[in-house]
Amino acid sequence: MVCPPFLLSLRKIWRSALIGGGVALLLALVGMVGTFHSRSVINNVVSVGQVLFLFPVWYATYVSLRQMSEERKKVLIASLTAGIVGSLPLVLLLLIGAGINLRAMFVNASPALYKILTFGQNLWPGVLVLIVVSALVTLTAGLLLQLSSRWQRALIQGFLWLFIAGLMRDLILTVTNRWGPLAGVVQFFFAANGLTPLGAVLLLAIVIGLAFRPRRQVESQPVNSRARWMVLGGIALIFLFLPQILGPFFSEILDNVMMYILMGLGLNIVVGYAGLLDLGYVAFFAIGAYTMGILTSPELNAHPLTYWQALPFAMVIAMISGVILGLPVLKLRGDYLAIVTLGFGEIVRLLVLSDWLRPWLGGTQGIQLIAQPKIGNLTLQSQVQLYYLFLAWVVVVVFIAWRLKDSRLGRSWMALREDEDVARAMGINHVTTKLLAFATGALFSGISGTIFAAKLTSVYPHSMNFLVSINVLALLILGGMGSIPGVFVGALVLIGAPELLREFAEYRYLVYGALLVAMMLYRPEGLWPEERRKLELHEEEFVESTSVAAETE
Amino acid sequence: MAILVIKDLTKRFGGLQALSKINLEIEKGSIHSIIGPNGAGKTTLFNCITGFYVPDEGDIIFDGRNIAGLPTDQIVRRGIARTYQNIRLFKNMTAIENILVGMHPHLRSGIIGGILRDPRTRKEEQEALQEARRLLQLVNLQGRGDTLAKNLPYGEQRRLEIARALASRPKLLLLDEPTAGMNPKETLEMMNFIRNLRDTLGITIVLIEHQMRMVMGISERITVLDFGEKIAEGTPKEIQSNPRVIEAYLGRGAASGLGVQAQPAA
Amino acid sequence: MLRTRLRGVTFTDIVVWLIGLIILVGMIWGSIATIRLGKYSASTWTDLIVTGLALGGVYALIALGYTLVYGILRMINFAHSEVFMSGAFTATFAATGLMNIGWWDRMPILSLLIVLAVAALVSATVAFLVERIAYRPLRNAPRLVPLITAIGASFFLQYTFRGLYGSGLKGYPEMAIFKGEIVFFGIRFFKTQLVVIIGAILMMLILYSIVQYTKIGKAMRAVSEDKDTAALMGIDVDRTISTTFVLGGASAGIAGILYLILFPVAHFFMGFIPGLKAFTSAVLGGIGNVPGAFLGGIILGLLESVGPSLFLDGLGIPAAYQLKDAIAFTVLVFILIFRPSGILGERLTETKA
Repeated sequence: MVCPPFLLSLRKIWRSALIGGGVALLLALVGMVGTFHSRSVINNVVSVGQVLFLFPVWYATYVSLRQMSEERKKVLIASLTAGIVGSLPLVLLLLIGAGINLRAMFVNASPALYKILTFGQNLWPGVLVLIVVSALVTLTAGLLLQLSSRWQRALIQGFLWLFIAGLMRDLILTVTNRWGPLAGVVQFFFAANGLTPLGAVLLLAIVIGLAFRPRRQVESQPVNSRARWMVLGGIALIFLFLPQILGPFFSEILDNVMMYILMGLGLNIVVGYAGLLDLGYVAFFAIGAYTMGILTSPELNAHPLTYWQALPFAMVIAMISGVILGLPVLKLRGDYLAIVTLGFGEIVRLLVLSDWLRPWLGGTQGIQLIAQPKIGNLTLQSQVQLYYLFLAWVVVVVFIAWRLKDSRLGRSWMALREDEDVARAMGINHVTTKLLAFATGALFSGISGTIFAAKLTSVYPHSMNFLVSINVLALLILGGMGSIPGVFVGALVLIGAPELLREFAEYRYLVYGALLVAMMLYRPEGLWPEERRKLELHEEEFVESTSVAAETE
Repeated sequence: MAILVIKDLTKRFGGLQALSKINLEIEKGSIHSIIGPNGAGKTTLFNCITGFYVPDEGDIIFDGRNIAGLPTDQIVRRGIARTYQNIRLFKNMTAIENILVGMHPHLRSGIIGGILRDPRTRKEEQEALQEARRLLQLVNLQGRGDTLAKNLPYGEQRRLEIARALASRPKLLLLDEPTAGMNPKETLEMMNFIRNLRDTLGITIVLIEHQMRMVMGISERITVLDFGEKIAEGTPKEIQSNPRVIEAYLGRGAASGLGVQAQPAA
Repeated sequence: MLRTRLRGVTFTDIVVWLIGLIILVGMIWGSIATIRLGKYSASTWTDLIVTGLALGGVYALIALGYTLVYGILRMINFAHSEVFMSGAFTATFAATGLMNIGWWDRMPILSLLIVLAVAALVSATVAFLVERIAYRPLRNAPRLVPLITAIGASFFLQYTFRGLYGSGLKGYPEMAIFKGEIVFFGIRFFKTQLVVIIGAILMMLILYSIVQYTKIGKAMRAVSEDKDTAALMGIDVDRTISTTFVLGGASAGIAGILYLILFPVAHFFMGFIPGLKAFTSAVLGGIGNVPGAFLGGIILGLLESVGPSLFLDGLGIPAAYQLKDAIAFTVLVFILIFRPSGILGERLTETKA
């Protein structure tokens, strides 16, 4: 049996389209398609839910087609048929669902979902429509590949921005509505739900136009320090006025983001710098919050302190507990360390929850009436005021993290991360060095916890679960382990965005999980990777081009 | 005068006797090679000297003090540095950072200094940087300092590892197969480099080597290990004509003609 | 000789040993106090022991999955708890279905076999996919990397099944033939407990003989010794690793059913705690060692069920049962710190650790 090469590559494409279809089926059954259907990308034309079940097949087809070098006609045939093949899992779902009530098992296999998948048609016409739409969608992948790579990139970028703009409509409008004259311009693009069709076309045109602007050759040039300071100053300015720019609606979210940035910077030292994967990191957050609660709440304490009086105690106790938890795990490496810290985190949580320690820690009821920080006569209690408290700490902590990174201690941490045995053979005392990492990380997390406690004026053991540790870890990995700007990027994307999309809340950890895997597979260094400082050629103006080439990996 | 005296050093792994009753003296300022077939215990010996393994018995006296069983980081502070058979650089750090880590024992700044960057810390870091650049030049790696260690070619990684070891200003330098994987020309360069190190810096050097030409050309004394035991020691000439050494290398009985003997139980 | 050994002892060692000693003394003190109080009768103790044995059997079976994977890849398959959950959760639907068509009571053995097959199949598939997608491409990456993907896979699976089957609790129907209790040698067993203990022992024997005596078992052991050499000997390493995951997955699925027989409620988060405890069992017995997993499971089950009453009641700690998980995690922490090689495990050498 001789298989013509075209059939072979066709089979490959069909296979990946089928995988794409499987992903679409999963997204449908998990409920994402249904949940996101209520949000439109383009009003009355395309919903986010529809994108979710069509895009996986399109993407699978596009990626596998790119590896195929066939003539035009064959590519188009392949892409068209891929759409048909890729729609099969969903078609199967529709056919089975018509006969059997799948809902007893899959809670989301509802008539509402079938209606979305059939574009509102009855079963048989609906199946036909689904197959045709799917085929047309994948055909665009074939067509796209006929274009020059520049056009391809421009189009992909255009549709990506289109999608983001439609998805983030509420956010964009809430923010821009505060901007006076600009609000009208922005409103022109948007309908009650998603973009207007005209707005979508315009936006697409704008992005494509921007993609074709003359490219500057900036990437290879070393950034001079003045430009860098200006960028930093700009970012600082934005953060300073962020509550004013975004408006009151976002204050709560901003506080959360800042809280996680603070924790992220701490864990970044432990995991990113020193390479110690700590999965019980939430324990220090809890210890900070609980220390604040115990010392300032009149419930548990006859002589409650003020926030500022209690703060040094909370900081010291967080650091000490970092050291105490760090001591026994010094000899453990890698995965064992992760599991032990996870165990520690759980032990702390269980102890806090127990009736045994209830007289001191409040048990399941937690602690109420926690003091809020006062400056003079002003009590910091509104979300915006607390934002500035967070911001002040973030500035301090960023400074510390940045300075430490390039210090002798920072180098020791990284050496330990890279190769512990050799680091010790270089005279690095692994005990003190690791304990300093644990203590510093615990300190930052503890500070974050104190503000958290003050913000809610109460703490509950249930807000201190393992998921918090996973949130922090996920934002570090997304941003790039060891990278300070990465923490900001990670926190904004992972903590900020989900709170803006209420539909997303339910799928948050599903997406995080997938993200952790995907990042490790495709971009382990993160979105904003850690930068190594140039030390040898620091002062010299002229860098030989060869060594520059060698330094870009 | 001996800088390093090893007395009755024994190291076991379970039932395996990796080193048994090794006695060794390394003269100050000498180049001393340790040779032996694979699995003879050469690297284990290095690991014991540098505190990587705790010896089961015996003493290691360095500069008049017993260092057996001390933690690794204390031993390097007393002046012993090493390189590794399979290069072990800090791969995701730049070359110059690798050297700066090597200078760790001589730097003082702690966490507070690191954060505040007070004048003393800044001065210390500046000087450290100067010395690191000097060391880069010494091993002929100028211009490569800001490259990540993992991106350097093999030979440069070997040299960087030596530079890192030198950064701790050792009195005794242990080199574990510094010419492994090198062609004859590179080997010759490495030989001259090592000799030069001893002559200019006055460092005592102990080598583990497989390339006999190098060993014979450079060493003042040679110790031969086999199955964890010292079977011979002497000048290159003496070693070359020692029947037990030939036996160890060419197989049991090759020199004595007594036929194949049973190997010691492993 | 002692002198050189002692020089290696550092301040941290002393602190860690002191903490260990304090906990040990507390345990003994608590036990003596509890026994002197005489709060519990002998039959209460035997009940607790039987409960512990049944629980331990389930842990042992899950632990097997950790041990097999660790043995072969030297990595902790963090997602294994979700493998366990996926099979058990899915099987509840099969059980409910069988119940609805009346087989559950009329043909209990056949029904049980079907449910076991469903659970084993689903868990094995999930385990296979996790390895294929999340671990295989990263086999030569630094150690932290597959651990992070494992955590990611774990969360992905948890919340995928939450999406698929809903976030509520799902009851597992009780079987008529498992109702009631039996008395053996004066010791009272619930029938469910007996079934679980026998089932776990049977499964352990089957898996042990697979690993010891079959061709695929030999291949697994060869790959766990040295992947490259095994490949040179003509063993398909990838396939062997996949088989290992499938085997571990299937046993986790069966463990899931046994778990449901004891605690008849399934939900998407049901894997986390048993998973962590099973991992503790694997480490306790010596990770990478099949009989060790069994031993560790039984010991942990006993500690967990007897421990709170025995160690903590005497110390006057109220509602000590709330701390049973804390006891299990304390065991985990201490075994990893004091004897990471476990009870039956070899001392891990530098290259393996």
